[in-house]
Amino acid sequence: MATIDWLRDVDQALAQAKAAGKPVLLDFSAAPM
Amino acid sequence: MIRIISENFVPVKVHIKEQPKTFERFKASWTPTQIVLDVDGTERHRIEGFLPVDDFIAELELGLAKLAFEHKDYGEAERLFKTVIEEHPAAGVAPEAAYWAGVSDYKATHRSEPLKETATLLKEKYPESEWTRKASVWMG
Repeated sequence: MATIDWLRDVDQALAQAKAAGKPVLLDFSAAPM
Repeated sequence: MIRIISENFVPVKVHIKEQPKTFERFKASWTPTQIVLDVDGTERHRIEGFLPVDDFIAELELGLAKLAFEHKDYGEAERLFKTVIEEHPAAGVAPEAAYWAGVSDYKATHRSEPLKETATLLKEKYPESEWTRKASVWMG
């Protein structure tokens, strides 16, 4: 089953977003991870 | 849902117990909250509270459409807003998507007809929506 490869660091995600030309989806959670 | 996230976004998950300062940084005061950030970190769309899958996907698509709109790519924005309406007509954000599809068309063409058509469509399909009331001024 396919899964989402969630990052854990916002600034790392923003750097990847800039390189890839894609927006960031930032998910704030209180559920077990 | 996995496909739309993986193909269109760089996904990052933050837990309240692990990164409370990130919650403060983005002023997230409730969970779940999802924020669509532009590549420069500008917030373009925010989703607060749980949503069923269809509504959630519609929200993500609305966020992508808002990104195109903010980048002044009005043709693409109109296409993406219309995708929300066509694929998720019962979603809570469908009237908002219809409104902005009309605005995108107007921005691209500078013709007023799309606004009137949008107002008519909203009145027919979503008579109780606040977006229908907002568009009522376009009826002429």
